Amino acid sequence: MAALPPYATPLQRTWYWTFRGICVAIFFFLIFPILVIIPLSFNAVPFFTFTKEMLSFDPAGYSLQWYDDFFTNADWNHAVWNSIRISIAATILSTGLGTVAAIGLSQSHMPFKGAITAMLISPMIVPLIISAAGMYFFYSRIGLQGTYIGVVLAHAALGTPFVIITVTATLVGFDKSLVRAAANLGAGPIRTFWKVQMPLILPGVISGALFAFITSFDEVVVVLFVGSSGQKTIPWQMFTGLREQISPTILAVATILVLISIGLLTVLELLRRRSESLRGIRAQ
Amino acid sequence: MADIAAQPFQAAEQDGPVLAADGRPLKASLARALRRQRLRAFMLVAPLLFFILITFAAPIADMLFRSVENQIVPDTLPRTVLALQTWNPDSGELPSEAVFEAMVADLKDAREAKTHTRVGQRLNYESPGISSLFRKSGRGVRRIEEGPYKEALIDVDDGWAEIDTWRTIAQFSGNYTDGYFLAALDMERTPEGEVTILPDEDRIYLFLFGRTFVLSIMITLSTLLLGYPVAYLLATLPLRTSNLLMILVLLPFWTSLLVRTSSWIVLLQQQGVINDFLVTLGLIADDNRLQLIFNQTGTVVAMTHILLPFMILPLFSVMKTIPPSYMRAAKSMGANDWTAFWRVYFPNTLPGIGAGAILVFILSIGYYITPELVGGTSGTFISNRIAYHISSSLNWGLAAALGVILLGSVLLLYWIYDRIVGIDNVKLG
Amino acid sequence: MKLRLTTVMAAAIGGSMAITAASATDLTIVSWGGAYSASQQKAYHDPFMAKNPGVQILNDESSAEAVAKLRAMNEAGNVTWDIVDVVASDAIRLCDEGLAMEINPDEWLAPAPDGTSAADDFGDLLVSECFIPQIVYSTTFGYRTDMVGDNPPTDICAVFDTATYPGKRSLEKRPINNMEWALICDGVAAKDVYDVLSTDEGVDRAFAKLDTIKDDVIWWSAGAETPQRLADGEVVMGSTYNGRLFSVIEEEKQPVAMLWDWQVFDLDGWIIPTGLPEEKMQVIKDYIFFATDTQRLADQAKYISYGPARQSSAPLVGQHAELGIDMGPHMPTDPNNAKNTLLYNYEWWADNRDDLDAKFQAWLAK
Repeated sequence: MAALPPYATPLQRTWYWTFRGICVAIFFFLIFPILVIIPLSFNAVPFFTFTKEMLSFDPAGYSLQWYDDFFTNADWNHAVWNSIRISIAATILSTGLGTVAAIGLSQSHMPFKGAITAMLISPMIVPLIISAAGMYFFYSRIGLQGTYIGVVLAHAALGTPFVIITVTATLVGFDKSLVRAAANLGAGPIRTFWKVQMPLILPGVISGALFAFITSFDEVVVVLFVGSSGQKTIPWQMFTGLREQISPTILAVATILVLISIGLLTVLELLRRRSESLRGIRAQ
Repeated sequence: MADIAAQPFQAAEQDGPVLAADGRPLKASLARALRRQRLRAFMLVAPLLFFILITFAAPIADMLFRSVENQIVPDTLPRTVLALQTWNPDSGELPSEAVFEAMVADLKDAREAKTHTRVGQRLNYESPGISSLFRKSGRGVRRIEEGPYKEALIDVDDGWAEIDTWRTIAQFSGNYTDGYFLAALDMERTPEGEVTILPDEDRIYLFLFGRTFVLSIMITLSTLLLGYPVAYLLATLPLRTSNLLMILVLLPFWTSLLVRTSSWIVLLQQQGVINDFLVTLGLIADDNRLQLIFNQTGTVVAMTHILLPFMILPLFSVMKTIPPSYMRAAKSMGANDWTAFWRVYFPNTLPGIGAGAILVFILSIGYYITPELVGGTSGTFISNRIAYHISSSLNWGLAAALGVILLGSVLLLYWIYDRIVGIDNVKLG
Repeated sequence: MKLRLTTVMAAAIGGSMAITAASATDLTIVSWGGAYSASQQKAYHDPFMAKNPGVQILNDESSAEAVAKLRAMNEAGNVTWDIVDVVASDAIRLCDEGLAMEINPDEWLAPAPDGTSAADDFGDLLVSECFIPQIVYSTTFGYRTDMVGDNPPTDICAVFDTATYPGKRSLEKRPINNMEWALICDGVAAKDVYDVLSTDEGVDRAFAKLDTIKDDVIWWSAGAETPQRLADGEVVMGSTYNGRLFSVIEEEKQPVAMLWDWQVFDLDGWIIPTGLPEEKMQVIKDYIFFATDTQRLADQAKYISYGPARQSSAPLVGQHAELGIDMGPHMPTDPNNAKNTLLYNYEWWADNRDDLDAKFQAWLAK
């Protein structure tokens, strides 16, 4: 598929271009819904369609009022702060615990490796509604329902599988003789960890942390059950907004979130390259 | 670790049982070192394991327990439960005076503790009407000072004169019950104690499970249909181009679920972008706009979009490992393009198809947010019903039983996934 | 932070209770959010905080999950809500389960200005020992005036008459109210509705009537959906709470009108959770005493078209605070609107809700 050879038959040519056309259509399907909300978030009227003024690029058809609403509305400000506080705390917790556990799991002498890995990955697999229901009942019993700590613990549990997976992946290519060499040269285990192991697995740790962050930042089912209105996050606010009365402010928020995800994506791509060059894996 | 490596050489020079440097037998010394390594590895994992057990596994176990728990009946009506043991439900007669006396005493205590309506609600799930029987009797029982208790209680509410009331209480008097699971499978126990399937028009949960499965299969198939060509293109294009195009796959993957769901509401609703576009083109009349959302179409379209990256990424990673020389070899031996693809390339991608399909299917059968927002009545899943029973109807036992069934199916698929792909081979991004 | 409340202020409220001191703290009040919470903020919270500078009212919008959350809090032994706004059926349930405090109206609530005791002033609306009614609201229909031609509907059965009034209808996704309306339009007398509905044949009869419009119904689960769909012209008529329809008609000036026939009355009011610390009680009592007096209940009607629960408040209902229109004719309790009414049957639905709800969902899915 790389390129069409000069001896291709007309049928092959037709198929080649049809196939490319199909792929373009699928990419359009993937990306168009995300891009379409960006212009609509600048709509001057509270509708979700392109007005005549917008299509003729008349400045009167555009407005920043929905962004203004987002930045000045107390509910949204509250939600932004809650989201940031909860997801940063959850990220720190899950990255710390997850990185240490991934190092343990990747050692060749780890007992019950399969069973323990399955257990630690399970928060990613169990349907969110079941996790949310279980946490709701259990956290209520121990007094964590409706508290920041409850939401942070729940989100940290949901984020750890991603940290384990990404850190384990960087540890697969990790040369264990480096640790032995460090020990041979007189470094203690802690010093070896910080000076030798950590710099090499750092890209995996950071991308795991980003996954954990986005998991918490984007999570809505668990926070709806475990949190109370004091812990309203951005996704919670969007969910209730969409269910009741869809306001263009939601599109403004969505646009900001798309920009954030583009930023995160860039960071991850840079990390991936750095990780590959550090571990000596050259891109084919 | 350096010490361990050196030990065999020193030990080999000695006679008799091979000894380590400290004079112990080498075998024991090695075993000890191994034990220490295992312990160290385990100690690294232990904090997270403990954390997950407390914050995640314990809540789920606790919920599973609620699906069979029935302690409220024996706890609230201890004397009645005991007294009813001597009663034969098939006798066709009301229980004895002793049972009524026990019930009056239990109700008085329950009224004090304000638990009589809770037990009434519990039994009401099995037999509608018991809820008000307990509420009314809780109020009236205070006036009953002395026997005969049978007449007095029936005087408070004649529901106590019905044998079926007592049969229901006797049937659900144990500490554990299968009642919630039966209800979750559209079955019930008759007052005679037999398990029967509900009449056709009352069946709902099997139907909802079926719908969840059918829609999830449709979503899985459409992600496969759309994901396969894209993954193939990405795997065969030069690296520079494919890296650029990969961003188009990863951007949706990294974009908030709610953003993507709101996009689809904006696109599909009757006053939305697609309907407007079709009206402008004159393809449909303005007063006859298509209903694209708040039904199954909405759920399938939005969830296909949301889960598509989960299909493309595993397919892509498998396709990248297939050497292009396979196809060339097939063609050089006389296969045409289609045969080469179908007989050589496609079978090699089967592991990727398996991995992607199971992943998408697992994710979709447990979905809640998107069906809730775009599914209307016909496009919602079993998860939406679970949420309803937790926060609206407050039938937590039934919610737990439905959850157990859903969890069971997901874990089964998870196990298959583990067998096919291996859980430590999951890759992200 | 300790502050003193003056006895002068307590006297100004109109009560004879002498409050010497109270520890002023945060007061968490749970309500429904949206326009309804806004009306409470203006009519109750703001004036109360102005009079009690030490009290800070925190709003929580969890009333829809009040029973579930109060149960959970009670299990954990950590009740964080002070005053909760719930519908009457939830109040009855919470009271039965011991999750809400029993309240003596004459001790807790202010008498009417003419001296009528609170218990008499609220009258029949005190449907539970724990419930302090605030408003009477109704679930009723609105229709698009521009989609019904010259023949505006006056009868609830227009909902089932797709020949005369073609177009989609918006109904709530639950059996409550829909079953009653279906039977009434199938010829059952209103007083017999629950007797008929208690039989299997009656349930089938209601579903059969609903079957005739099933393809024309869009189901709603949030109160804002019907007003939105009416405004978009997506439905010709739909049920919702009367206050929501008021704001579509009078505030947003949409071509929508009310169809009051067989509106279903329901009550909404306050409950106090059990298990609150003793030192909180005085502030809570102050608030309840203040916020449920005759004037305050009438004030709320300036912001939202729900009827005050006290008889003595009715004559004080004046004009809308911003629109300047008379609110009386927009109240569900106005004699012109209340010719045919149903009252939500708490007892009957408490028994039959789980069962009928499962049947309703099965019917919907078919």
